[in-house]
Amino acid sequence: MDNKWVLQIKNVSKEYEGNSVLRGVSLSVKPGEIHALVGENGAGKSTLMNILFGMPVIHETGGFTGEVWLKGKKAEIESPKHAMEAGIGMVHQEFMLLPGFSVAENVKLNREPTKSNWFSKVSGRRLETLDLHKMGADTRRALDRIEMDIDEWLPLVGMPVGHRQFIEIAREIDKMDLSVLVLDEPTAVLTETEASTLLSVLKKLADSGIGVLFISHRLEEVCEIADTVTVLRDGEAIATMPTTETKLETIAEMMVGRKINRPKAAESGRTTDAGNVLEIRDLCVEMPGEYVNGANLTVRRGEILGLGGLAGHGKLGIANGIMGLYPSSGTLICDGEEIPLNNAQAALDAGLVFLSEDRRGVGLLLDESIEDNIALATMISKKKFLKRIGPLPVSILDRKSIREHAVDMISLLEIKCTGPQQSVSRLSGGNQQKVCVAKAITMEPRVLLVSEPTRGIDVGAKERVLSMIRRLNREKGITVVVISSELQELRSMCDRIAIMYKGRICGILDPDAPDAEFGLCMAGEGGSPSV
Amino acid sequence: MSSSFKQMMDKFGLPRLTIVLFLVALMIVATVNRLPTSMLLSNSLVRIGMNGVMVLAMVPSVQSGAGLNFGLSIGIIAGLIGMLVVMEFNLAGLLGLIVALLIACVLGAAAGYLYGQVLNRVRGQEMMIGTYTGFSIVSGMCMFWLLAPFRNPEMIWVVGGKGLRMTLAVDDSLAKILDNLWRFEILGVEIPVGLLLAFAFACLLLEVFFRSRFGVSMKVAGANPAFATSCGVNVDKMRVLGTVLSTALGAMGMVIYCQSFGYVQLYMAPLMMSFPAVAAVLIGGASARKATVWNAVLGTVLFQTLLTIALPVTRSVIQGDISEVAKTIISNCMILYALTRKEGDG
Repeated sequence: MDNKWVLQIKNVSKEYEGNSVLRGVSLSVKPGEIHALVGENGAGKSTLMNILFGMPVIHETGGFTGEVWLKGKKAEIESPKHAMEAGIGMVHQEFMLLPGFSVAENVKLNREPTKSNWFSKVSGRRLETLDLHKMGADTRRALDRIEMDIDEWLPLVGMPVGHRQFIEIAREIDKMDLSVLVLDEPTAVLTETEASTLLSVLKKLADSGIGVLFISHRLEEVCEIADTVTVLRDGEAIATMPTTETKLETIAEMMVGRKINRPKAAESGRTTDAGNVLEIRDLCVEMPGEYVNGANLTVRRGEILGLGGLAGHGKLGIANGIMGLYPSSGTLICDGEEIPLNNAQAALDAGLVFLSEDRRGVGLLLDESIEDNIALATMISKKKFLKRIGPLPVSILDRKSIREHAVDMISLLEIKCTGPQQSVSRLSGGNQQKVCVAKAITMEPRVLLVSEPTRGIDVGAKERVLSMIRRLNREKGITVVVISSELQELRSMCDRIAIMYKGRICGILDPDAPDAEFGLCMAGEGGSPSV
Repeated sequence: MSSSFKQMMDKFGLPRLTIVLFLVALMIVATVNRLPTSMLLSNSLVRIGMNGVMVLAMVPSVQSGAGLNFGLSIGIIAGLIGMLVVMEFNLAGLLGLIVALLIACVLGAAAGYLYGQVLNRVRGQEMMIGTYTGFSIVSGMCMFWLLAPFRNPEMIWVVGGKGLRMTLAVDDSLAKILDNLWRFEILGVEIPVGLLLAFAFACLLLEVFFRSRFGVSMKVAGANPAFATSCGVNVDKMRVLGTVLSTALGAMGMVIYCQSFGYVQLYMAPLMMSFPAVAAVLIGGASARKATVWNAVLGTVLFQTLLTIALPVTRSVIQGDISEVAKTIISNCMILYALTRKEGDG
């Protein structure tokens, strides 16, 4: 094996509890090359990074198959420490920096140059004095390489996010034998100017012979700086090609497209002209990581509207904002009546019901029984399932009606359980989701907002949950808004699909629109905001 | 072992089973050593009734998500003031008790409201902050006891004529008024019917409350704040209400405790009084996140019986009085055990 490649990943596969998330992925990085890795959420990018960096989560869940080669030698990466020693530098999505320490201290943390002193002569290296001068000088050099002119002795506290990102990079390139630098969505939190500085810095680094593996959602960036791009989809490397030989549209199409033929479920020509049931105007929601900045959207009565887009572009923020779970502003009109925002009770009173994407956190009371999970939300917000105690003006829970209702729901939705009193924490993801659906039906919604209905559910159960939602729409006439990261899912069941980009609706597409159009919309290009 | 029996055992829990077995063993030793078992049982019953309501006070606080109420001393002080006011005006009998309970309830609720506001600002550390809030209030009240405008010569220091005494004897017409209500004797065991009925009534009210829409909302707010918010429940409000309820119950519990005990102890006496209550509800199977009325009842019965019976028995076996030491050791060990174990088990 020659030294043509700094990093080679060969045929790597990984399973989490029987779900395979990576299947035979291979990928190679040359010295001085910027290699971009793109893919939808859940395509396996993070898992691949974790393998490369020897994160404990990989070994705790049974390791992986396949090989990782560094500079022509097979590497056994068992921990992040190994990875560092082997010359892999990683810039994480969440910063791993100590805010109270200065820039130099952060950069040199645990690798500080030291001088011997009186104590250390007796008790060894651990008590040597820090060589502050050298620390400063090393840090200066690293900062200069990425063109940062901040003082290396300033504390990190109060520095803008962009600076922190650069300091992380400075820390990685300060490691003497760095051969591969891995960046996980480095521009996600940066402003545009910061991002472009970062990209030019990356180019420089690559020119100095370091291989760069660059993960991004932003396809423009990828096309701009990467030499080669690898597209991951459903845990498989779909294609690897030089960026010069491809176009943004092609990459976008590869990211979202599926080999399987999608089911043609949304029968065309469905009448959804019964007017608007929900109007959203200039909605802004402050949901961390999912900000909405002035979205406009109209939901027609009786339709299934899909809401898609890449993670972080605000599709989750819309539903959470409407339901009053995160601070929001704007106008919300339901059936001609304006509904006050930031008021969960008002939204519930208007007949809006939300199936949260955070099933275990928001959707369920994990320690409680199935019957309580189904009934309590309705009891609290709609005052049902209550009975009087004799002549007293006090109402308490009507256990009997709760039980009967739960039994009905269990048979209607085919929830697999030992009985209505089983705790929901013992149920599988799919059955938990069914309990959530049962809870939502019990609320008798006018508009049902379903967020990521199939997240964390095995493949078989996915279809059942989706068809259940479809049935609710057809049989009970409930208007449904489905929010999902899986475009395929939206296309199989929606009448219209709105795609979000940077907190706004970028376009509303027909489910039959070509893959490329969806890809472009997600990248914030094309698509007409025909709201 | 049949499976239903095993299920029952699991539900009851190993710690409680151990305590019950230990109690049985103690009773046997007591009988063998010719200790007056009927008297031990009578005392246990009185202590259960005396302490029950204060233990019950832990339930709303835990259910609303504010954790175990280590700041119960705040309620206890409200209860003391209730007693003092009644004693100042020489109100006697059942009327005196009702007035004391009312004052305690109102003061407790008001103090609980303020305390609840504090707890909402220190989410996640309620129990530690509660402990220290309780400590500082008890210490702060020492000045109040000295300066308070009580004039009844029975209550103030003889020398100087100002400030309340350390320990005040409750007037005969008020002392043990609940204990003696409908009291009867069976096989030498005295049953303080009024006292136990008061405890039972408090349990019933709380149980009904936790089955009402309001109570369930509070439980949900404690179990999963995000779920509660999505149902339109104001979680902060529920936590304050839980604390109000807990503090008011603690105040009324203290009135019941004082009338049965026959003395009102001021100054540093209430300092550690929240700990036995916390320990009792934990013995009953509660955790810092989940507590039911049943936990409080069971815990009170086990903890108080253990204290009443274990001490004379140990004294008969080894010489010397170790009652206070033993009480402190048992309650603190129990708290330590319950707070370090994982959620849900035990």
